[in-house]
Amino acid sequence: MRVYLDNGTTTPVAPEVVEAMLPYFTEKFGHPVFPYSLGQEAADAVERAQEIIARSINARPEEVVFTSGATQANDMAIRGIAYANRNRGRHLITTKVENPSVLRVCERLEKEGFRVDYLPVDAEGFVDTAELEKRLSDETILVSVANVNDEIGTIEPVEEIGEILRERQRKIYLHVNAAAGYGRVEVDVKKIGADLVSLSAHKIHGPKGVGALYVAEGTPIEPVYFGYISLFNLRPGTENIPGIVGFGRAVELMMENFERDVAHMTRLRDRLISGFEEIPYTLINGPRGKKRSPANVSCSFKGLEGESMMLHLDLNGISVATGSACSTTKLEPSHVLTAIGLKAAVAHGTIRFTLSRYNTEEEIDYTLSVVPRVVEQLRRISPVKPEQL
Amino acid sequence: MTVEYTERGMLKYSEKLLERFRNPKHIGEMENPTVVAEEGDPQCGDMFRLYLKIEDDRIVDAKFLSFGCAANIATGDMTVELVKGKTVAEAERLQIKEIADALGGLPLIKMHCAVLSYKTLKKALAEYRKSRAGSVSPPQG
Repeated sequence: MRVYLDNGTTTPVAPEVVEAMLPYFTEKFGHPVFPYSLGQEAADAVERAQEIIARSINARPEEVVFTSGATQANDMAIRGIAYANRNRGRHLITTKVENPSVLRVCERLEKEGFRVDYLPVDAEGFVDTAELEKRLSDETILVSVANVNDEIGTIEPVEEIGEILRERQRKIYLHVNAAAGYGRVEVDVKKIGADLVSLSAHKIHGPKGVGALYVAEGTPIEPVYFGYISLFNLRPGTENIPGIVGFGRAVELMMENFERDVAHMTRLRDRLISGFEEIPYTLINGPRGKKRSPANVSCSFKGLEGESMMLHLDLNGISVATGSACSTTKLEPSHVLTAIGLKAAVAHGTIRFTLSRYNTEEEIDYTLSVVPRVVEQLRRISPVKPEQL
Repeated sequence: MTVEYTERGMLKYSEKLLERFRNPKHIGEMENPTVVAEEGDPQCGDMFRLYLKIEDDRIVDAKFLSFGCAANIATGDMTVELVKGKTVAEAERLQIKEIADALGGLPLIKMHCAVLSYKTLKKALAEYRKSRAGSVSPPQG
């Protein structure tokens, strides 16, 4: 049996999405900036996708700019706001548990003379909002927080953060990286009070290589890429039209079935969690219940190493991700697991299972039959005893 | 500037290494070993324990336990294979490169795994030499 449980990394493209994209490769291949009919057809397709995506986040179509993905959207948002507002202040706030596509940009800005605070989180991964209030200053121009943590599924209090920022006299922009949250929790830019939101297509059964940045009207933002011929000043370069069309179709499907899919993933998630809790010396990372992404199960199996576990599960047909050092370049455990206070030796044994609407009850039965067996097998060959950790 | 791949982008295991990881031949505990040595730290994500049974200066049996990634398990298994049946003096001459080569090469960021099993072997052999130097007659295996 093949079971794909790494939907937090990427998802299979929905067949309906592929079907919608196909004509835009060979028939409707025009460049959207030219007013002849082929070009117009492409421009119309981009507009339709903007409308669909805007509706899904309670925004207006012209507030949606297409990007190569959430990584690029994060870069455009954070650097774009920093550069456009540097005369008002040079202080940014983010958290210790953001995706590297946010953290690396912030580190880059630190080298350019900006100051960045990285907020701590509690043991379940929730951002400390009291600490946020303390760090806000007359120099602060931007706060960047993901609405859902991509590793441990914590649903962050972005609405509360939005409210804190709105109460200030001085305008502080709020950027929300919603790559992990889109399609799992509601993303309403008005409710959150977000000025910028990053979205990704390939995590919601759309194609890879396309995403979007929501920029609230009137937000001062500088482009960080330069070029010519495209629909959007912020992101020059010929648009990925088939990708944008696919993104739009994926969002339509996501919105049509949102409640049903969330309920389905939540049921499967909770089955996995209850099953894993029966395995001795096992920790579930992140919160339980309503404050956890319906699609995420993060589990630390003490006494074993995550990459071995991942590859053994792969031998059994199950694809998962690991927070183990051995699967990263730096050979350090995940920064998120470290931030929630996990010991490195335990963090190394962490596996992330992430669900989609396509996972079935049978797949969960199978996974629950394989995982305890593999855990036992790896613990048997380990010189590190789980009870010592 | 030339195009550089990330280390992750280059992390590709050889078929030989994966086969060793899937079906290690020498993994497990050993009763009454002549020497046991351990290297690594679970905090750093890998730990390796090596058991050697030595008779008349010859490694007649060897086994290992691993807390580590696929490369850790595979290099451990290959290290054991390369020294089993050899004399202590022959085992002392084993090179890290031989371990990696026997597995069809190792990704650069996984080279430390071969180093770990190599260091554990060195430690075990040194301990054996030390115990021998301290005794008048050769210890019975």
